[in-house]
Amino acid sequence: MLYTNLKHIESADAHQKFISENENVMICCGRMGPMCIPVYGIMEELEGEYSNVKFADMEFDSPESHVIRSVPEVKSFMGIPFTMYYKNGKLVKATSSIQSMTQVRTILDSEFKTAK
Amino acid sequence: MDSNKHFDAIVIGAGPAGLTAGIYLSRARVKTLVLNEGTVGGQMVLTHEIANYPGVESISGYQLSMIMRNQAKKFGCDIKSNITLESLNTDGEIKEVILSDGTVFTADAVILTPGGRSRTLGVEGENELKGKGISYCATCDGDFFTDKEIMVVGGGNSALEEAVSLTKYASKVTIVHQFDHFQAFEFAIEEARNHPKISFMMESKITAFHGNEKLEGIEITDLKSGLKQNQPIDGVFIFIGYVPNTEFLAGKLELNQWKEIVVDTDMQTSVKGVFAAGDSIVKKYRQVTTAVADGTIAALAASKYIHELHQIKKLQHIL
Repeated sequence: MLYTNLKHIESADAHQKFISENENVMICCGRMGPMCIPVYGIMEELEGEYSNVKFADMEFDSPESHVIRSVPEVKSFMGIPFTMYYKNGKLVKATSSIQSMTQVRTILDSEFKTAK
Repeated sequence: MDSNKHFDAIVIGAGPAGLTAGIYLSRARVKTLVLNEGTVGGQMVLTHEIANYPGVESISGYQLSMIMRNQAKKFGCDIKSNITLESLNTDGEIKEVILSDGTVFTADAVILTPGGRSRTLGVEGENELKGKGISYCATCDGDFFTDKEIMVVGGGNSALEEAVSLTKYASKVTIVHQFDHFQAFEFAIEEARNHPKISFMMESKITAFHGNEKLEGIEITDLKSGLKQNQPIDGVFIFIGYVPNTEFLAGKLELNQWKEIVVDTDMQTSVKGVFAAGDSIVKKYRQVTTAVADGTIAALAASKYIHELHQIKKLQHIL
């Protein structure tokens, strides 16, 4: 279980529904570990600021997260969390391991350009 | 001076030292702002389990951080996290903290608790291949390296203990260390030395990482001969200690040769009205408990300083 204040996605179906119903989505797939917690913290912080983006997390060790772990874009990833950015249901960017506030902002600003 | 942006005390950093200072100051009705560049909790949130915090049998670092944050907020402490600090002005009686968005906060006293971060090798390819074969956390990423050959860089307790733990996954673990001896405790050295999957490359240094989509190999330099050679490898874990987050304090107050903040027994720095606590100060033992203790002392000393300052101002006003 992920002890964050983010929306938790618990199944592959819920994941599909979430990315198809929302234009801009950021999902962090990880554990409650040292590389993941800072990314959840950044997302919680940015949730209020980026109202055009929906934020959520998903448990890396859940079998349901195969929808993230098995996509070709993460084939070379060898560090959690896997952080996925979707636009209109399509994966537009993915990162591996811990990210800084600046790195997350840069992706949000470039991939989801509409006004905040 | 904008009274909405003026505080009695500003704490920079929200690890255990900063949050403790926030709790003590706010409870003493000192108007306090805690500013934090990263996630609340500092290095503490990175700890999977804390089992030696007195009074709590076992708790995750994340949960303990959230309790401390809520405790500080309950007493009225204002906490702003994930900010970017532009500069700190400690010259005058009123201290100024300027954020990257131009916001200026002022205070009568400042407590510095910026903590530290994992040291990186700082060599070619390290940034690009982080999470793609280069890792700083064995418990997070160890299972990606099942039946693979990996290297562990470092010679302290973390490096040797994590090297042993990574043998659960990796087929072979090579410890790379720049010196001819380890800094770890004897039992950790012995455990690593006796492990059949672990080998050693002493007096050697990784000087570049190679790979496109993922790590494919490294350039390793023999520090005795200067000879460089390329070697294929699946993964590298780096455990070479911590550096204090004190770059923004250079030239503003006294730091030692390792850039740690010099304080007296009241956690007072070389600048009047500026206190410091936690992992970034000069000290030998860095634990959550020692950070909490430092934060307490800094908050009590800062409260006294602020109270005296207010008394003087009141007297000056009367006269």
